Amino acid sequence: MQVTCKIRRYNPTVDEKPYFSVYRAEVEPTDRVLDVLNTIKWYEDGTLTYRRSCAHGVCGSDAMRINGRNRLACKVLVRDVGNRMTIEPMMGFKVLRDLVVDMEPFFEKYKAVKPYLINDEPAPVTERLQSPEDRAKYDDTTKCILCAACTTSCPPFWSNPDFVGPAALVNAHRFIFDSRDQRGADRAAIISDRDGVWRCRTVFNCTDACPRGIQVTNAMEEVKRKLLYDRA
Amino acid sequence: MYHRFDAIVVGAGGAGLMAALQLAQHPGIRTAVISKLYPSRSHTGAAQGGIGAALGNHEEDHPEWHTFDTVKGGDYLVDQDAAEVMCREAVESVYELEHFGLPFSRTPEGKIDQRRFGGHTRNFGEAPVRRSCFAADRTGHMILQTLYQQCIKHEVDFYSEYQLLDLIVNDGVCCGIVALNIKDGEVHIFHAKAILFATGGFGRAWKITSNALSNTGDGVMIAARHGVPLEDMEMYQFHPTGVYKLGILLTEGARGEGGILRNDSGERFTERYAPTLLDLAPRDMVSRFIYQEVKEGRGIKGKDYVHLDLTHLGADVVENKLPDLADFVRVYLGIDPVRELIPIQPTAHYAMGGIPTDIDGRVVLNAEEDVMPGFYAAGECACVSVHGANRLGTNSLVDIVVFGRRAGKHMARHIQEVDFTELPPKPDAFSREQLGQLLSRESGESAAEIRQHLQEEMMDKVSVLRTEDKLKAAQKTVAQLKQAYTRVAIQDRQTWYNSELLETMELGYLLDISEITIAGALVRKESRGAHYRDDYPSRDDANFLKHTLVYGTPDGLMVRYKPVKITKFEPKERKY
Repeated sequence: MQVTCKIRRYNPTVDEKPYFSVYRAEVEPTDRVLDVLNTIKWYEDGTLTYRRSCAHGVCGSDAMRINGRNRLACKVLVRDVGNRMTIEPMMGFKVLRDLVVDMEPFFEKYKAVKPYLINDEPAPVTERLQSPEDRAKYDDTTKCILCAACTTSCPPFWSNPDFVGPAALVNAHRFIFDSRDQRGADRAAIISDRDGVWRCRTVFNCTDACPRGIQVTNAMEEVKRKLLYDRA
Repeated sequence: MYHRFDAIVVGAGGAGLMAALQLAQHPGIRTAVISKLYPSRSHTGAAQGGIGAALGNHEEDHPEWHTFDTVKGGDYLVDQDAAEVMCREAVESVYELEHFGLPFSRTPEGKIDQRRFGGHTRNFGEAPVRRSCFAADRTGHMILQTLYQQCIKHEVDFYSEYQLLDLIVNDGVCCGIVALNIKDGEVHIFHAKAILFATGGFGRAWKITSNALSNTGDGVMIAARHGVPLEDMEMYQFHPTGVYKLGILLTEGARGEGGILRNDSGERFTERYAPTLLDLAPRDMVSRFIYQEVKEGRGIKGKDYVHLDLTHLGADVVENKLPDLADFVRVYLGIDPVRELIPIQPTAHYAMGGIPTDIDGRVVLNAEEDVMPGFYAAGECACVSVHGANRLGTNSLVDIVVFGRRAGKHMARHIQEVDFTELPPKPDAFSREQLGQLLSRESGESAAEIRQHLQEEMMDKVSVLRTEDKLKAAQKTVAQLKQAYTRVAIQDRQTWYNSELLETMELGYLLDISEITIAGALVRKESRGAHYRDDYPSRDDANFLKHTLVYGTPDGLMVRYKPVKITKFEPKERKY
């Protein structure tokens, strides 16, 4: 089938402002949107620029706006978006070139929530025990691939770029609810800050955007409830 | 731009991060990790089914049984001293990952859960054993995330989106690398005392592959350019269960949980080939069984695929133990794996061969194991050799954590013992010329067409079933494509985030790797592990119980051999 693909282009070193290029490509309905981009890049316009790696939704490189929704280009099929598609970079981060945005601020926010297990007790010879029930409490938030689809779909983030954002909070949740971690209080202090979890307005865009199906808004609500209960 | 560090790690997958974490334990040692991707994008994250370690959480198990399975699984081309080290240290490495925070799935008692996997057995082959430690079916993702998290905790320096361009060697001593900052096109020189390549595999040489688009063997070929031989490159694994036509990996854990392979008549055909382990025979064998079924007309509707059947497992097992697999099948095939059969075909998956190293990750240059001082390799780009002619499922994750760790520890010792070697004059001259040529050639061949032709040729003639005629034809094609590549031209002339430039350089590495793979496959006139020759269908220990070493020389490729290290397990016929 033939698809028409309208792509937002911008190279800050040569272009005064962003513009759209329109391409037509012959693809299969079962092809991924990433295959459409590759077909264009390889056989028509080598200057088209985007990130990609695994091509099956686990590395998180190719999050972008496809027909107005944040998706991974490798995890959405042509038949699901139709024969006309508009592709733009994620919103809220500086565009480096075409669909590539500056991810540094995103990873800085991730690092800010101390996204690692903290347990200062001497480790046992074998594993630390954890019941399947305790393990289940944070299962959903271990799935995060740091693609930024959630954070860049979040209206409070658009209006306040200092908001730590849903992706960082998902990763805070992953450790706050891990029975092996001992520093929930440190993280709680960080995320109950002015630009922390209370900026969330439960718009649910993040949950809709997550390509891993994480219940992002729910995770943030669990964090909020925990902050409140721990304070009480 | 010039940088000076004590240690440089190239690649931010499991092996690279594990090494970086070891180096980070030493406050005096300055380490930088360079990667063409952000660390969390590395292909370790795509590993699914588990990491093998004889914890014995469900049933009796021993590192020695694991070693035996690894040696037999590798069709006795495994260096047994290295396999012993790996299987012994697998146990402490898995506990260390757990202490780092890795969220393993748990048994009812709260221990790390374990499941069956292909070729892993109790008591030297009696029956399958539960050895694969897993976190649902995203174990690699969890390992990658956990190691990256620990690197953040230990404030490791990352240079993300820097493309490796060259290794710097001065008078036989490795003393740095050249890299391109992808974002602005600037060339950087990193001067160091120890350099680790953990640059991963090269599945993108084949049309159907489970590998990321980034898996193009850059590090492997850059090492070869500096006189390092490549070991056992003909040993390339095809994983039996890739999504039909797409190649996306569907974990062996699916068969570990009881999944069954069926042909067009619905028959469980593994019963005819491997009566003891059935669907859990090692990957090289199961891939061959599938090719055989297809060849004899028993592929589904006579085509080149068979079915993976999970319908008898029930929704609970599929959704909870194999959630990512279920998601892949639904998204890419529009199929419900709980109720429908999944079309699968073997997919190019893993390089057993690569840069030869000793058990401390030091790169060795010949059969005498002379090292190149300062140069290390670990993970899929390296060949220790613990996988021999065929890697067992779960052993790639074991390999990266055990040998990434050992390499990191050895580098730390080396750094404390030696001074910086001076850089040779103009160490970036080669890279600048290479970039300049690609950026200035006005017109020429299309990289996309060369790549497509290469991938089709490798899939057709250098995959699961090989013959002299097919290999020679492929050799000729690759030579022609290499010629065409000398005239390749790109459209994008920008230095700013030029991904077309990078893809074109990666194609150059894939062409060279294909040439070497074919050379190794032609000289190995026997069938062993993943290397199956229709014209030499038996294993030939008298002539080929040895590793191939292929060197690039100005006069073309040169093949040499290296003995296999045998300690406890004498080669026997391989039956399952």
